[in-house]
Amino acid sequence: MPMKMWMRGLMLLALVCLTACHRGMDPVTFHDDGYPPKLGDWHVVEARDGTLQLNNGVVPYELNTPLFTDYAHKLRTIWMPKGVSAKYNPTETFDFPVGTIISKTFFYPLPKGEARNATDVARTYDTSRDFAGQGLNLNNVHLVETRLLVRRKEGWVAIPYVWNADQTEAILARTGDVQALTLVSDNGQRENFNYVVPDQSQCVSCHAHDWTTRALQPIGPKARHLNRDYHYPDGDENELTYLTQVGYLTGAPAPTDAPRNANWMDQKAPLDARARAYLDINCGHCHNPKGAANTTGLTLDINTPEDRHIGFCKPPTAAGQGTGDHMFDIVPGHPDDSILPYRLSSTEPGTMMPEIGRSTVHQEGVALIKAWIAAQPGDCVVLH
Amino acid sequence: MRKTTTLIAAALLLAGCGHQEAAQQSQTDQSFESKLEQQLLDAKPGSVIDIPAGHYSLKRGLSLRTDGVTIRGAGMDKTVLSFKGQVVGPEGLLVNANDFTIENLAIEDTMGDALKINQGKNITIHGVRVEWTGGPSSTNGAYGLYPVKTQNTLIEDSVVIGASDAGIYVGQSNNIVVRRNRAEQNVAGIEIENSVNADVYDNTATKNTGGILVFNMPNLSQAGHASRVFHNKVVANNTANFAKKGAAVASVPAGSGVVINSNDKVEIFDNDISDSQTASIIISSYFSTNYYNTRGVAADYNPYPKGIFVYGNRITGGGDSPDGLKLKTLKTAVYGLSGKFPDVLWDGYADPKDLVNGLPPADDRICLQDVNGVINADGPNEYKNPSTDMKPFQCTLPKLPPVVLNPEPKV
Repeated sequence: MPMKMWMRGLMLLALVCLTACHRGMDPVTFHDDGYPPKLGDWHVVEARDGTLQLNNGVVPYELNTPLFTDYAHKLRTIWMPKGVSAKYNPTETFDFPVGTIISKTFFYPLPKGEARNATDVARTYDTSRDFAGQGLNLNNVHLVETRLLVRRKEGWVAIPYVWNADQTEAILARTGDVQALTLVSDNGQRENFNYVVPDQSQCVSCHAHDWTTRALQPIGPKARHLNRDYHYPDGDENELTYLTQVGYLTGAPAPTDAPRNANWMDQKAPLDARARAYLDINCGHCHNPKGAANTTGLTLDINTPEDRHIGFCKPPTAAGQGTGDHMFDIVPGHPDDSILPYRLSSTEPGTMMPEIGRSTVHQEGVALIKAWIAAQPGDCVVLH
Repeated sequence: MRKTTTLIAAALLLAGCGHQEAAQQSQTDQSFESKLEQQLLDAKPGSVIDIPAGHYSLKRGLSLRTDGVTIRGAGMDKTVLSFKGQVVGPEGLLVNANDFTIENLAIEDTMGDALKINQGKNITIHGVRVEWTGGPSSTNGAYGLYPVKTQNTLIEDSVVIGASDAGIYVGQSNNIVVRRNRAEQNVAGIEIENSVNADVYDNTATKNTGGILVFNMPNLSQAGHASRVFHNKVVANNTANFAKKGAAVASVPAGSGVVINSNDKVEIFDNDISDSQTASIIISSYFSTNYYNTRGVAADYNPYPKGIFVYGNRITGGGDSPDGLKLKTLKTAVYGLSGKFPDVLWDGYADPKDLVNGLPPADDRICLQDVNGVINADGPNEYKNPSTDMKPFQCTLPKLPPVVLNPEPKV
């Protein structure tokens, strides 16, 4: 039996190598200090021969429900040095070993039937031209930025890189960037917006789950977000299972025994599960008992009970002009009288929620949250 | 040619729909902004970031997360960080750090809060001006100087003008001194909320909707108590309320001098309070804000103000033109068309669990001295049986000790 498992491991390793090996790419380099000036200095993902390629051992993953970032598509990867692995945790971010590099590349498919230009990108949920294990065909996409989360001895460090106009290299951008882009829908509708690459300090705004320790954590690599299938080059597999097989994760139970958030777009999933998954990933990193927004008394992570804590009939604390003249965070049955969807629908920096990370309104996300509020029973009876 | 113009116009229209255009920023401003961001990122404990005199236009909110940093300008009218046309917020400057000092500069026209310090101890704000230069407007940012969840916090010699919520707002903090500031044309001039041990003195609050507020909100990390409001000038705070509905301060009537809402152990003394058209001093419960509902408010929340001690203030004018139909009707009913409210307006809510012979226990009472009268508005009965009896308020409470900042700030 042990022999069999060992063989299986070897085979998988070979498989990973076959599909992801790129001749000519230097091995992944973990920098334990400083801020290398180019993304290429890490050799995690690189633009080569018209393709954004993943290096050996760099494993892609997706989340059940992702954070909304101005309709950008995202290629997420994880890499670890040999001989170490992350420890599974059912609720929190996995405990990753020193040396882990997580990357997230933000890109847009190009609008169909349009020649490439500096600003036009597609607003689409069609992921058929995205990374599918073989690399991202750069003829089809506009790369904006790649963010690295690097687990160093002193903790996680966030390092943003912005892709150059030629789409050949991403350059260190510690102070972030603002790029004027235009979202083009399939029906030709256009929306100009400022794509904002957060500065290094703003990375902390979301990635410090605990506002007192200020320690950074990845957000996505939690059991409930990764418990889903991924279309690996060698076939479909559950991500928790796959990460375990390649040796990146230990202690994970069978996927059926692990928590799982809904896919917010899955029409077959219950409305409540979809809405809670959406609020969890888009709001829960600040609106949790220890997060930046624990000053507000409003918690929106997946564990929050559906009462005043999640906003039912809760008076706002410090919303200021963000109330939009509404009295409560959520008025059950009345999305248009509720503060929460009002702030999700705003793009004004003093009003909008989340506070950073988007410049456009996520129409489909707002519609989901409104539908969920509309389905809530009861009302808010004010006492005098 | 004509077609081109139409096309451009259409493009402009589309571009202007529902989002903020990138602000025009000069090359100098751009390089200033990225240099300042870099300085904030690279700051180490002990770093002093000096910003020379000048008017700088920024389009992105700034943030600092390193302990022990000082940000220093050349003067509140000389070093100006202007956020007019800001595209990314939410604040002007967000600080999440201990041992932080900011002094001698101005922050103008932020889209959201101007300076927010979220979680930190030993915070000093000295000689900072925050201003929304277009005057009062509900689209102004909410808070000017906004420490929240801080300990050992000093705000002094600063100026805040035009906040659509509170100019100076200390929330969920402990050990606070707010002194020698000027708050003008905000909805709330100075607000202490859910905070413990606050001394508010030598300030001037004028032309706000309400001058100085001490509030407790539900569902938060701590209930506030032990604030002293003394030796302030609270003058003609009669600006129409321009907060958005739903904000806590939206319930404050224009013409409020000092307002206590649901907070405990508050001492108001030695202030000059003048020309507050609703009332010089308002003592009220959360019931009067119209937010109280059992589903959305924590069961352990205490909505009643308890242990309020008012004495030795110099109160002139005011009470002559209360804001809102309910209060106008009340005033006319009790004092006639040309009459006016006395110095103190109490909404009449007392914790029924506590009352013994109609009075709260000695330590929980509202004690009023050196005032020309009180009106108990009888809020619980829709203002039906207001009373002007001073007897329930003739009492004394133990005085609160002064707040001592430890360590003492070095400015």
